[in-house]
Amino acid sequence: MEKERHVLIAFPHPDDEAFGVAGTIIKFTDAGVPVTYACGTLGEMGRNMGKPFFANRETLPDIRREELKKACQVMGIQDLRMLGLRDKTIEFEDEEEVADKIFAVIQEVNPSLIITFYPGFAVHPDHDAYGAAVIRAAMRLPAEERPKIYCKAFSEGCVDILGKPDIVHDVMDVLDRKLEAIKAHRSQTEASVAQWQDSLGNKDEEFLQWVGKETFWTYKGPVVD
Amino acid sequence: MQAINKENLADIQKALESFRGEEVYLHLETTSGVYTAYRDKSQLTVGCYIRNGKIRFTTGKITGAGPYRVGLKMDLGWVYAEGLTDWEVDGEGRLLLAGHNAEGKLACAFELSRTPFN
Ligand SMILES: [Zn+2]
Repeated sequence: MEKERHVLIAFPHPDDEAFGVAGTIIKFTDAGVPVTYACGTLGEMGRNMGKPFFANRETLPDIRREELKKACQVMGIQDLRMLGLRDKTIEFEDEEEVADKIFAVIQEVNPSLIITFYPGFAVHPDHDAYGAAVIRAAMRLPAEERPKIYCKAFSEGCVDILGKPDIVHDVMDVLDRKLEAIKAHRSQTEASVAQWQDSLGNKDEEFLQWVGKETFWTYKGPVVD
Repeated sequence: MQAINKENLADIQKALESFRGEEVYLHLETTSGVYTAYRDKSQLTVGCYIRNGKIRFTTGKITGAGPYRVGLKMDLGWVYAEGLTDWEVDGEGRLLLAGHNAEGKLACAFELSRTPFN
């Protein structure tokens, strides 16, 4: 992993960081790199309510806020920003206004690296819209001051268009804490975690590859097709 | 939340009726899950919701043998929800009904409140 001055994690939903980025975050904070998390919404419209369910549509936001705080604690994040957007509505907001919120954070913390979703390749409309707002905000900076941007992508066929991810972090050495961070988002991850117990117990190679390796695409500009 | 059943159906009906005739706030939602089509191309990702719709209804009923349905008759139209399995009246006096699928994931929600939902 490259040395960083400050890392900005920018995702729309609490738990977006859990499966694919938590290990990377833990490795940064372990190395003493300050990490800021700019989380767009509280995942108010999530369908997972815990298994068995303990949340409802109206209690979910508070529950997820607390889960996010706990996950940040596990990952060593000391600077958590909640931007107050609403789940499932980001794509309908004024793009410049969303970018303004993120730009304010970028200006304040002056990150050398931003991690977000690759707009157009992140399946959930909030992921795409938030990723696009992050890119829009970063592009307001002159090229020489612009932080690197690592993007998560997982839409079908994204590898055909983007190529293989150019950044691969092995996080096996912090796997225990990564799993703890995932579990912190209890309302959202309880069901998946229960399903994993077997794979974890048997040290299933495919599963360990998936959870033990975190991949990113360095943002290199909009993709034209 | 508690499972809706024959025993508490009358309580829910009563709660529903307590909102009748006045201007109340509605949260109505249904969703297949945003990853539906991503996981299975033959499926359509669908969802819709309205939050803080201001309504007034003259007749409101919960019906069915489980899962349950709710219909509210308004002066000029209807509000309808199907697939409801669980309910509660929360600490703020709001009537919350939800439909959870076999995995416990929320598939629909129908909620009434005298004050706006936040
Ligand atoms: Zn998400």
